[in-house]
Order: sequence, then structure tokens, then C-alpha cells
Amino acid sequence: MQQEVRNRKRKDLIFALAGLFSLVFAICTLLVLVLDLWTTGFGRIDYNFLTSFPSRFPAKAGILSAWVGSLCVMLVTAFVAIPIGIAAGVYLEEYAPKNWLTTIIELNITNLAGIPSITFGLMALGLFVYKLQLGQSILTAGLTLALLILPIIIVTTRESIRAIPGTIREAAYAMGASKWQMIQHHLLPYSAGGIITGVIISLSRAIGETAPLITIGALTFIAFLPTSPILHEAPFISFQWLKDSFTVLPIQMFNWVSRPQAEFHVNAAATGLILLLLTLVMNGIAIAIRYRFRKKIKW
Amino acid sequence: MANTAKKTSKLSTFTSANHPVRRMRRFREMMIELVLFLAAASSVLVTVGIVWILVSESLPFFQTVSLVEFLTETQWTPLFAEPKYGILPLVCGTLLTTFVALLVAIPLGTISATFLSEYTNSTVREIVKPVLELLAAVPTVVYGYFALIFVTPLLQKIIPDLSGFNVLSAGLVIGIMIIPYISSLAEDAMRSVPGYLREGSFAMGASRFQTSFRVVIPAAFSGITSAYILGISRAIGETMVVAIAAGMQPNFTLNPLQPAETITAYIVQVSMGDLPHGSIGYQSIYVAGLTLLVMTLMFNVIGYYLKKKYRESY
Repeated sequence: MQQEVRNRKRKDLIFALAGLFSLVFAICTLLVLVLDLWTTGFGRIDYNFLTSFPSRFPAKAGILSAWVGSLCVMLVTAFVAIPIGIAAGVYLEEYAPKNWLTTIIELNITNLAGIPSITFGLMALGLFVYKLQLGQSILTAGLTLALLILPIIIVTTRESIRAIPGTIREAAYAMGASKWQMIQHHLLPYSAGGIITGVIISLSRAIGETAPLITIGALTFIAFLPTSPILHEAPFISFQWLKDSFTVLPIQMFNWVSRPQAEFHVNAAATGLILLLLTLVMNGIAIAIRYRFRKKIKW
Repeated sequence: MANTAKKTSKLSTFTSANHPVRRMRRFREMMIELVLFLAAASSVLVTVGIVWILVSESLPFFQTVSLVEFLTETQWTPLFAEPKYGILPLVCGTLLTTFVALLVAIPLGTISATFLSEYTNSTVREIVKPVLELLAAVPTVVYGYFALIFVTPLLQKIIPDLSGFNVLSAGLVIGIMIIPYISSLAEDAMRSVPGYLREGSFAMGASRFQTSFRVVIPAAFSGITSAYILGISRAIGETMVVAIAAGMQPNFTLNPLQPAETITAYIVQVSMGDLPHGSIGYQSIYVAGLTLLVMTLMFNVIGYYLKKKYRESY
């Protein structure tokens, strides 16, 4: 009997150690990844690296066109995905009647999250580039990534709205608010923390996404910047940049890592480090916001 | 609202349903609902768009190539002078990479999830879970770099005849990448198993280990299955790691020490070059994409039935 108890305790301990080991293993891999990029790439990051165009000579090459491209694409993505995502989330949580149409929409959103990202790129190549003639442009790239992150924004919006108790809604109605007034003045402000968290996480996902953009035909060697959005003469604002070709940080990195020369691998590591820090910082901010909002609001 | 204040003297008419202010408000509400509905419905259009484009662009392919050749030929060389169109090498590469990845991710993910859910308190969980989720936030192209520049040389010290591009290191890195998808969802499923089941088991003298494996995991099996399915979907669709680290040669092999090409890597490889609309190369990436979609769908359907079969409710 005592032997049996001792055996069970030993198994318990062994499993706890195995659990600890797998967690430590996963987290150590992350650390090794960051350290490896840091030691190889950090020395390469300087002013020239950030302000030069790519070049045949590894020491002269930089990521100017890549980070400007990433920024432009992210602008389009955010501009399209955030309003549509939040609106869809609000509809599904507050308006949608229980019928077959709603069921289809919900099932569809769950499925979209599981579809490989490269299929979004194939769809965009056929639809945006060829059928709608948008070209292999910043606009196409932004739209593609927007569709890709839409499910994330919808799901987080729904979750944060669902967490608001029904009493808040009833109180607003009792004061004579219409449905939209209730949503605008109460639900959206109270769920802002969760929604912003979801938006930041989804954008951090989009900024590192490579495959769909390669599929729509993003170029890997771009030695010019998109047209400036500000003109010197009337109407002062131009949207020509939406139609320009582009490259983004992850594609630039892919291009450098695919070359045989080790000098280009250093450039790739530097780009990877920037990309990694960007996503980690964005995720950190998102976690911090979620944590603060969860502490601040107690229903 | 200033408008309403003026009308308060005629309260009786204002409250009537046909008052212009009320009608205006109703109209506004309806328009808003319509806009929100369109936003929600647009997500369905995305799916319709994906299926429509993938099917319509790959149909012309099957006018040149018969379905039998596509499914039984063992070589995939659409861009060669003497093209062969057998999808098997690509499917094989995809499944092999996924298998290696799952070999890492399922044990480590499940053990982490069980450990976090059954052996630690909520303070540890609150800290460890977000850190673990950062693993999933790292851009995949960075993982590709890691697999090629760090993991492969490391493995070559252990296995000297490992080729520079190989399935093993790509699969291992994908496995690490999908650990958080599996551990996070599986942990959620285990947490939602009611506490009294655990207490009942402890009261019978079971240890934590026995409770975890004989009570909690069977009870949470349906949720754990969805975690695995998501992991599998991610591994099948993963592109950049294999494109960088596994080499880009279609290779009909089950040996993970050799280079191979997955469906996704093929699409990337062809997309990097010049691709005239309607050429056989263009059609072939759509056929590859459609195959990928069907494979993902198949695993999801299997997962759905497993989930249904093992669902436990309390």
C-alpha cells in the first residue's frame, strides 16, 4: 500500500518535471531565437541601414523601401479591417436574429480563421489583381491582409461586447436610448480595451505576414518610394501611392535569407530583429491594455 | 437631442409612432443595422470569393491534364520542357512536414496544457500563458531564418549526413511555432472541466497525475481535439518556414533528412517568378491551392466528427 502511494507520488513528480521542461523548452527557444537574431543582426542596424534602398552590395543595402512599404500596407489594412471587423462583431453580438443566415455567418468566420493564409493570396491574385485590375499594388496588399485579419477582429470584438452585463443595456434602454445610442455610448466605450487589444494583435499578425503578399506578386527589389501623399499644388492630397508597387519587411528578409552569401544573411537577421521587436512590442502593449482594463472594470 | 427638447410640450404627439422625429430615428436605426449587417455578411463573401477564384482558375488546368494523371503521377514538374503533373510529391512533402511538426507540438503542447491547468495556480498561468503565446506571434519568415541558419547547422552536428535544406528542421521549427495554439486551446478546454469531477477523483485517492489523465483529459477530449485540428491546419498551411528551410525541389520521399517541397512552398516558388495570367504555371498554383484547401477542409471535417463523438456535457 505504502509502496503504491510512493509510486503515485513519484509519477506525479515526474510529470510535473516534464511539464516544467516543456514550458521551459518552449520559452528558451523563443529566447534563443531573439538572442541569435540580436547577436547577428544588431550591429548591422544603423542610420544608413534604415535610409538606404536594397542593393547588390550587402554592406550598402538597406530597408528604406521595405519599412515604408510595410507602413503603407498597414495603413490600408487598418483602414479597411478595423471598421468592418468591429461593425460585424457588433452586428453578430447585438443584432443578429437566431436564424440560418446568422449560423452560416458564424460558422464561416470560424472556418476563415483556419484557412491557410496563402489561399487568401491566391484569391487576391485572381480577384483584385486580374478581375478588378487593381494591379500588384499597395491597395491590393492592404485589402488582402485586411481580409486575413478580419476574423480576429470580429471574434475579439464579440468577446469583449459579450462580457458587458445585460443590466447596462437595460439601463440605457430605460433612459430612452435607441439601440444604436446604447451601443455607441455604452457598449463600445466599455469594450474598447478588449477591441483595441484584438486590433493590435491582428495588426501585429499582418505586419509579419509574407506568403499572401508574395503570391499577389510583391516585388523583392524596389529601389524607389511610393508617390508622396502630399502635393505642392492643389488638391494637395494624392492617392497615387495606393497604386504603386511595393515591398515589405518580411519579403525583404525572405529575399536576403534566400541568397547564398553570408553577408546577406546578416542583413536578413537585422531585418528579422526589427520585425520581431515590432511584433513583440505590439503584443506587449496589447497584453498590458488587456490587463489594465480587466483590473479597472469590475461589473 | 436638442430637437426633442423643443417638442416636449407636444409630448403626446411626439410619443406617437408616426411623429417625424420618431420616424427619422427609426430610419436611422434601420440604416445602421443594414450597414452592420453588410459588414457581417462580407465575411461570407470572402469565403465565396476564395472558393470561386480557386475553382474557376484551376478548371482550365484539368482541360490539359487528366484527373487520373494529377492524382497518380509521381513527378511534379509543370515548368519543365516535358512537364509532369502529379500532385503526390507536393502532398507527400506537406504531410511529412506536418507529421514532424505534430511529433513535436502534440506532446509538448498537451503536456504544457495539462501542467498549466492541473499543476499550477492562476498566478503562474497569468504570466506563462501570454509569454507562451508570443511564440505564435513571431513572424513565420523569422522562424524560417531560424530553421535554416540556426537549427539545421545544430542538427548537422548530430546527424552528419543531413542535407542543408531538409524537412526535419523545418518540421521541428513549425512544431515549436504551433505549441501555443495547441497548449492554449487545450488548457482552456481542461479548465472548463468542472471542479467537482477532480474533487471526486481526489476523494477516491487518485493522484494528480491519475486525475489529469483518467478524468480531466477524457472529459476535455472534445476541446483538445479542436486544439489539435487547429494545430494541424496551421502546420499544413505554413509557408515561409518550409519555403526557406526545406528546399524547393518536389521530392517523392518519406525521409525527413532530405529536402522536399510542400504545396505552399511550390506556390511561393512559382509566384516569385514572372507569371503570365492564364499560363499553365499560373493555373498550377491554383490547383495546388485548391488541393491545400481540400486537405485543410478534410482534417476539419474529421475533427468535427471526433468532437461530436466524444463531446461530454455536464
